[in-house]
Amino acid sequence: MVRQSIEKGPLTANPQTGSTNGFLTEGSRMFDAHRVLHDLKHHLPAQAALKDFIHHNSLHAYQHLKFYEAIFRASKIFGYQVTLELGDFRELLRQGRIREAVLERVLHERKGPKLAAVWREKMLSGIYDTHNAPRIGQLRALWKTRHALDMDASVHPLLFRVVGSYLDQGVALWRFPAQPEGFWASLRDLESNGLVSLFKTAKARRLFLDSDCALEDLLAKIVGPPAYYAQYLFDQQFAHQGWSGIVSAVEDNPGTLLDTRRIKLEELIRFELILEIDALERAMGPGWEPLCQAAPPAPTNLFAEVPASELQEVLSLWQDAFEWSYYDEVLAGIAQQGKAAAAQTLPMATFQAVFCIDERECSLRRHIERVDPNCATLGMPGFFGVEFYFQPYNGQFYEKLCPAPVTPKYLIKEQGAGEARGHEPLYTQKTHALPWSFFLSIGFGFWALLRLFLNLFRPKMELAISNAFAHMHESGTLTIENTDPEHRENGLQIGFTVEEMAARVEGQLRGMGLLERFAPLVYVVAHGSSSANNPHHGAHDCGACSGRPGSVNARVFAFMANHPKVRAILRGKGIGIPDTTQFVGGLHDTAADEIGWFDTAALSPENQVLHRRHVASFEQALDLNAHERSRRFASINTKKGPKHARKAIKGRSVSMFEPRPELGHGTNALCIVGRRDLTKGLFLDRRAFLNSFDYRTDPEGKFLQNLMRPLGPVCGGINLEYYFSRVDNYKLGAGTKLPHHVMGLIGVSNSCDGDLRPGLPVQMIEVHDPVRLLIIVEHRPEVVLKTIQSAPEMYEWFINEWVHLVALDPDTHQFFYFKNGAFARYEPLAKQVPANDDFQRLFERSLKMETNHILDATRENLPVYAIQ
Amino acid sequence: MSDILLIFLACFPFAVFGVGLLLPNKRETLLSRWVWGGLGVHLAALLALVWLWISQGAPTLALKHAVLYQTPDFEFALCYYFDTATAVFALTGTLLFLLVAVFSRFYMHREAGFNRFFKTLLLFWCGYNALVFAGNFETFFVGWEMIGISSFLLIAFFRDRYLPVRNAFKVLSFYRLGDICFMLAIWMCHHIWHRNIQFSEWADTVGLQQHLAQHTGQALFVALMLVIAAAIKSAQLPFSTWLPRAMEGPTTSSAIFYGALSIHVGAFLLLRTYPFWQNQPLVVGLLVALGLATALVSNSISKVQTSVKVQIAYASIAQLGLMFVEIALGFHVLALVHFVGHACLRAYQLLVSPSVLSYLIHDMMFHFKPAPAASRSAWARRWHQAFFVLALQEWHLDYWLHRYGWAPFKWIGQQVNGAGEVWWKLGTAVLMLLGAWNLQNPNAANGLVQGLSPVVCAAFALLLVLRAFAQRGDAQGAWLSLVASQLLLVIGMVLGKGLEAGQALLYLGGTLLAGLLGYAILGRARHLDPAIDLGQYQGRSYDWPGMSLLFLVAGLTLAGFPISPTFIGVDLVFVGIHDTEPVLIVLAALNFLFLELAILRIYARVFMGQHVKNDHPIAFKTS
Repeated sequence: MVRQSIEKGPLTANPQTGSTNGFLTEGSRMFDAHRVLHDLKHHLPAQAALKDFIHHNSLHAYQHLKFYEAIFRASKIFGYQVTLELGDFRELLRQGRIREAVLERVLHERKGPKLAAVWREKMLSGIYDTHNAPRIGQLRALWKTRHALDMDASVHPLLFRVVGSYLDQGVALWRFPAQPEGFWASLRDLESNGLVSLFKTAKARRLFLDSDCALEDLLAKIVGPPAYYAQYLFDQQFAHQGWSGIVSAVEDNPGTLLDTRRIKLEELIRFELILEIDALERAMGPGWEPLCQAAPPAPTNLFAEVPASELQEVLSLWQDAFEWSYYDEVLAGIAQQGKAAAAQTLPMATFQAVFCIDERECSLRRHIERVDPNCATLGMPGFFGVEFYFQPYNGQFYEKLCPAPVTPKYLIKEQGAGEARGHEPLYTQKTHALPWSFFLSIGFGFWALLRLFLNLFRPKMELAISNAFAHMHESGTLTIENTDPEHRENGLQIGFTVEEMAARVEGQLRGMGLLERFAPLVYVVAHGSSSANNPHHGAHDCGACSGRPGSVNARVFAFMANHPKVRAILRGKGIGIPDTTQFVGGLHDTAADEIGWFDTAALSPENQVLHRRHVASFEQALDLNAHERSRRFASINTKKGPKHARKAIKGRSVSMFEPRPELGHGTNALCIVGRRDLTKGLFLDRRAFLNSFDYRTDPEGKFLQNLMRPLGPVCGGINLEYYFSRVDNYKLGAGTKLPHHVMGLIGVSNSCDGDLRPGLPVQMIEVHDPVRLLIIVEHRPEVVLKTIQSAPEMYEWFINEWVHLVALDPDTHQFFYFKNGAFARYEPLAKQVPANDDFQRLFERSLKMETNHILDATRENLPVYAIQ
Repeated sequence: MSDILLIFLACFPFAVFGVGLLLPNKRETLLSRWVWGGLGVHLAALLALVWLWISQGAPTLALKHAVLYQTPDFEFALCYYFDTATAVFALTGTLLFLLVAVFSRFYMHREAGFNRFFKTLLLFWCGYNALVFAGNFETFFVGWEMIGISSFLLIAFFRDRYLPVRNAFKVLSFYRLGDICFMLAIWMCHHIWHRNIQFSEWADTVGLQQHLAQHTGQALFVALMLVIAAAIKSAQLPFSTWLPRAMEGPTTSSAIFYGALSIHVGAFLLLRTYPFWQNQPLVVGLLVALGLATALVSNSISKVQTSVKVQIAYASIAQLGLMFVEIALGFHVLALVHFVGHACLRAYQLLVSPSVLSYLIHDMMFHFKPAPAASRSAWARRWHQAFFVLALQEWHLDYWLHRYGWAPFKWIGQQVNGAGEVWWKLGTAVLMLLGAWNLQNPNAANGLVQGLSPVVCAAFALLLVLRAFAQRGDAQGAWLSLVASQLLLVIGMVLGKGLEAGQALLYLGGTLLAGLLGYAILGRARHLDPAIDLGQYQGRSYDWPGMSLLFLVAGLTLAGFPISPTFIGVDLVFVGIHDTEPVLIVLAALNFLFLELAILRIYARVFMGQHVKNDHPIAFKTS
């Protein structure tokens, strides 16, 4: 059976048959180690080292299935909670956060008019046993129930220590004596010292040193019949999915560690198995029997079909109703706008500002448009279409500055950027080891006390704080232009040739539909985030730049677009950028609400004057933005006004005691691909990714394809990671930040003997409403359909409903919802959204959540307003 | 004036704590301001006292505040004491408490246990002050116990996960051993002086030495007990492994407890009792050896740690080892300066430990040096690797302690459990009836009964306690056998004339009430869910937070925590045991050791840990 499916098809599970995933059907005697390892790696958390925080779908292994089928299957197998709790949904309806009318509509659509009332009754008052006994872990639990042996407690502490020590990037003062051949070779080398053993029994030691420790042999000793191997290995590895996940991630991409290590998941498993043999030998003495030898339990196929249940159906109805309660409001708002918006053409703007599509820029764009009504803002993924590795001045490594799946061929080096990075004495590891620690613990102690005072009462930027503006120094120069393609380093071309630059600039401008009517100044504003005491700082930076600030990309793009030869090529292609127009790169610190501008000295005198005026507008917009954000921060009194809020928000970004320097992508729910006019008059409360696109410049959807391909992995990935971290912060999130230990600079754990915790901490997701992303594309449905079907990996996101898709037909101004492979008309239930003209007052009066339970948290969210 | 200030400083925290308990939940600002205010007033009063004290020429202040209980040869009094060590520990303590409270107000914002955190922090603050201002062993012990229990509660702060609860229990088991050693020291002191003494009486060193010269064996015993108690509290060898496991609570509580204050309590105990043991070369030598060995071993363990907090923990243990050496050799000013610097440094380092990732990763970018190629000789390499492995395994400290420390008692408990239900109920009933009969007919009790009954009863009581300690099934039954054990112990002591009936009532007053309350709560729990047992952690505080709190109060009362007369009763039981009764004292000590552990084990298993039902998000066991 297993052999067959390998020959027939891909290694991922087959949705139709509920594939066996390396699980043998009854009666089979074979165990395919390669396949089981592959499946394990596929299901383990895919989060790399924390410094490269890339958001992704936490249940990526199930993406080949329809959303609801996938999440309930994962739930049954691994015990995850995958939606809000039933009781919470019911309460949300009572609160009005789930709208009656939407609920009725969902019921009618999914159950038909006849059954709607029955299902409504089930949703509102059906009694269900919501306890979920997962399949994982049952086999290995027999050690405890049958032999009174707590295998995890005996094996994990040393296992985690050894693996952690091997992968450690620089916490330990005494490095693991690693061998270049990898983990296994290093362990063999360590064990052969002959004086002290990693193991407690001679049997384990001999086995480790004298045999080749093949997976099958070890499993035969511990488990017995091969039919149980796959289940045993899943049980074993999912007892510490954090460590196994990072090992698997490092195996696939050793570059995620600066100090590289070679390790394979298989090596980890073999080592763990030997530790288990050691534990068995010690606990039961020689002569113990394999787990499944004497009284074989019924083998479980973890991945067998999960029968549909009424509870699942009820939960999925609730989830739909919850999602559409919000979406419907948004679509109503856009419909209301649409009529007015369609008639408009782009006026001559005072300036144009291109931001990242990131939903945190949604509010800043709204404010800058309010401060300067004649400006125009646009949105593009924040690497601005230029993909490269970056080497900071004096840096010893390269940093990737583009979306994670892209592998750049270019290198940009920073040169001559002022002074080298300094040291922070209080963080020196000399305070930990004798004999220095003796003197330093006395001497530095008093200094530490003073610093603690300053940190508490006068927080300011310091070396240990992750500083978005320190990613690149404006004083340095970048090797952007390449004149000699032979100029390479480590296989990477240094800089871009003029043609390569022109191609990238053209692609971006066409994608945004910015082909004419250029203002004298076009700002390219990247974003990053400064935060203190925050191991997850990478998760706040730009996702399109692999979790780093996008400052270099903005500066590089501006340089390219200003390049006379590039302009000449563009003119040849019909994009005439006036000579008076200059592009300026900038970086928005989304935590501190500061913008820094690059290379402004190169501006023409006329543009200098204009720039100064615009900077004043930006400053005002930043005040307003900070004021808006402050409504969710208990430490800031929003009533004290924008100036105060801005100052206080900056303080938060450098405060060691502040676990929420900003709220990241919390509340994200929308992605709108279209002209700004669609949303310009709407208050969307920082919930929308805004990707500029003009259907008029792309009637066939040629650029739409490139534009939509990353929306699933990037925006959908962010959205789903927030979704799952929100609904089950214990198993799919990282839990509260407060007890986190920084482990080896690669991850966090809760405890010295604990597992790594991938996912998002509770402080990042508490404002988030777990709804899937709704992508709204302004184009004709048939074009959108053709676009999403152009690549299977893109289509999977939509057809399997991991994100929702609505096309807004520009001709008829009607919405079409994508379901089961086709677009169908959608008429918003709400006829209009409320209007508001005093947002400052709205923010000052808005509620603050009492607890971070969803019932309280969701009250903080504001409805969609039409801006008057 | 300085006397009033001294009393105020020791008692004021209790008032702040008491009022703090009454403050409503969900009022973060109110509660944190109350705590800041209390700490601010305390700091001001402390500064006033220090100023006054210095202006008086820094004399040693001592006073007896209140006598809580008195018999002709026993007195339980609250006594206070103020000298340089007190001043330094109190000032550093209150200042760091204040800073950590300010830090926590923001750091803990919107955490479900915000209230619990601040209230437990206040409990710790009360204990710390009782301890540093204590003028006698009894007052010291009040603080000591409160620190222990607040440690347990804050390590298990995230009580809905397995590891914090398991580790809290582990730490508690170490602490409890320290408690017992401390109680034994008090007990033996009482037999050296035949009364309760104050630390100030040791100022007369000549008199002290003359007195101790007549009791060398007993004095050595007291000193050893104090050394063990101090070594446990300061995580010295072989007890070091609890400290890294205590880093389970919020970063701020780890900082104030295990970076700054709690960890230095052992050193403070040594400073305070220095006059007592300074002329015992054996003890001084032991302390120096212990301190040096700890410094070297934990230094090596610290160097292989990949968790920043654990690295700090082992590095701190090494410094504590050096402090022990300084104190033993009489360099007390150095030790105090070392304490202040070290406490502030570690508190800071722990508070900013999440920053280390950002700092070191960026540092690596610019300053990374690849591991140098091995240039050692084969021989050096072998040893290097051996030490590396040893350090990674924490020198097997945990393994040995478990195997030779706890496992034997667990084994006895399991045997007792294996023997069935009937015999212990029968045995208890028979012993109680016999005891009651003997009490009714005091004249009938002959010398044999008087001599044997305390030992027989205490031995049987210990079996009952161990039974509960190893129980995996019925929680209510386990609780019942704990209550019965205390009754038996007291009956035995009364029969043996070690305890008067009135004193017995003082002891049992708290015990019986708590026993009934606890029994009722567990009965209610079983009624609500018949599946309640002690086989695994149940996490029921999620369903029944109120019952959980009540049970904790009942449990602590039964265990003799200083909130009921039982606390004094425990002292009375000890005093009633003569220093010529080694069997009885060992039995009684073990009894009290495992009593508290068994009680908190029931509490932990029923009310803490991951919830048994996966009908809401629950944690992985390893997280």
